[in-house]
Amino acid sequence: MRGLGKLIWVKLKLFFREPEAFFFTLIFPVLMLFVFGSIYGNEPLDIFGGRGTVDMSVPAYMGIIIATTGLMSIPISVATDREKRVLRRLRTTPVRPHTIITAWLVMYFGITLVGALLLVAAGKLVYDMRFDGNVLYVFLAFTLGTLSFFALGFVVASLAPTGRTANIVGMVLFFPMIFFSGATIPWQTLSEGVQRVGRALPLTYVVQLLQGLWFGEPWSEHLLKVAVLLGMLIVGVVVSAKTFRWD
Amino acid sequence: MAVVQVEQLRKVYGAVVAVDEVSFEVQEGEIFGMVGPNGAGKTTTIECIGGLRRPDAGRILVLGLDPQAKGYALRERIGMQLQESALPDRIKVWEALDLYASFYRPSDDWRPLLEQLGLVDKYNASFAKLSGGEKQRLSIALALLGDPELVFLDELTTGLDPQARRAMWDLVRGIRDRGKTVFLTTHYMEEAERLCDRVAIIDRGRIIALDTPENLIQGLGVDSRVVFSVEGTFSLELLQTLNGVSRVEQSGERVTLYGQGEALVGQVINLLTERGIRFRDLRTERPTLDDVYLALTGREMRD
Repeated sequence: MRGLGKLIWVKLKLFFREPEAFFFTLIFPVLMLFVFGSIYGNEPLDIFGGRGTVDMSVPAYMGIIIATTGLMSIPISVATDREKRVLRRLRTTPVRPHTIITAWLVMYFGITLVGALLLVAAGKLVYDMRFDGNVLYVFLAFTLGTLSFFALGFVVASLAPTGRTANIVGMVLFFPMIFFSGATIPWQTLSEGVQRVGRALPLTYVVQLLQGLWFGEPWSEHLLKVAVLLGMLIVGVVVSAKTFRWD
Repeated sequence: MAVVQVEQLRKVYGAVVAVDEVSFEVQEGEIFGMVGPNGAGKTTTIECIGGLRRPDAGRILVLGLDPQAKGYALRERIGMQLQESALPDRIKVWEALDLYASFYRPSDDWRPLLEQLGLVDKYNASFAKLSGGEKQRLSIALALLGDPELVFLDELTTGLDPQARRAMWDLVRGIRDRGKTVFLTTHYMEEAERLCDRVAIIDRGRIIALDTPENLIQGLGVDSRVVFSVEGTFSLELLQTLNGVSRVEQSGERVTLYGQGEALVGQVINLLTERGIRFRDLRTERPTLDDVYLALTGREMRD
């Protein structure tokens, strides 16, 4: 894995030089929490089974961050690098392909995690957020959700011929998911019809799994969600491994 | 010693034969050029040699290694600058060098390269802010990391102004003078002629000539031209009697004499002076690789 450390470090610096990516991954979810937190506060509500708006929103907004890195950042960055022949340039050196892909995964997982931790910090410090779950379990669910969305992102990056196409395909997947999955608008307030659409979207399973474990529900209540995400992860890895092109 | 051996290389894309039964060798310490129009198969050949593409047929050995089986071991010992390959817009010059240096063992010191390639002032500049020539110089610097024995430079000077192109030639000669072998491609005949120790002319996937530029030009038997203007009238027959002259043309004051041999110009000047014929603007035009290409293919080379 020679070159791994430098690849991660440079990729991270480049990420922070893209204001949009930086804003939507790290700043925007926290801003949303402050906006809705200041409107609704964090009082326990019956509709949320005695939780407050912020209690529900922190795990839900993690879903937005996961979708942002998985469906926007990864496809756009990888497809653009291919289109501009940045990847081809890398392939003329002795660096191994698995080193490059590992660097991408580590970097994007890292910033997704930082985005999630910023939400947790804001929720805890400003709204005295409740957490009844097991930190390790929530981390495992977060990791599963993130990796399954990264796999989907790599499928888009593999199939999109240009960075622009990747951007459009990413948005077409991204917007329905964040609005119909309970990530931005609480699931409990969505109409029956919208919920039916939402059940076909994988982000719904990320949000519900995170919220469930957040409040201490056992894994056994969420096996279907775990299966859906694992399935997406496996299919995504297989499809992108078969279709990924370096140039 | 041959550092690159290519035998009967063939690469097909769909119905297009990009490289057709190409064979050649590159010798240690030379600047070897592959010249031909765009789409002639130059880049495909380089990519096959560097192990980035799998040939459909043929045998390739680079530094004694099979590029398909030993691609990574090979890329430790060669440097490749490929046409139009780029870096992310926002990466800085030093970051690119530092990153690429980390791919080699032992991690190479890239600082001397900044100086050698005149990039010291651009140390902290973003890739997108570099001029065309600076981008190419950075690209060469990246290809020189890891102290390669063999350097591939693909269409190095395309898009550069004449001044930057000349500076690039000096750089390439400098690389050879440090004991490395250079394999370059170009579609500028003049560049191949001035820069390369040996040139392979490639056209439609086939090598149609391979030799030193000097031998290619002489071997072709294309005439040199001596052009001058005369005042008053004089007999063209006089010139035709000179050794090696094949024909003489006159249009107004302009006389153009076609012929071969080192002594041609001297003879013409002597004759004109002896006869007291006043002439001016005398110059000679040697045939170039462009003439060789034209003679071999029946087509002009275009950019």
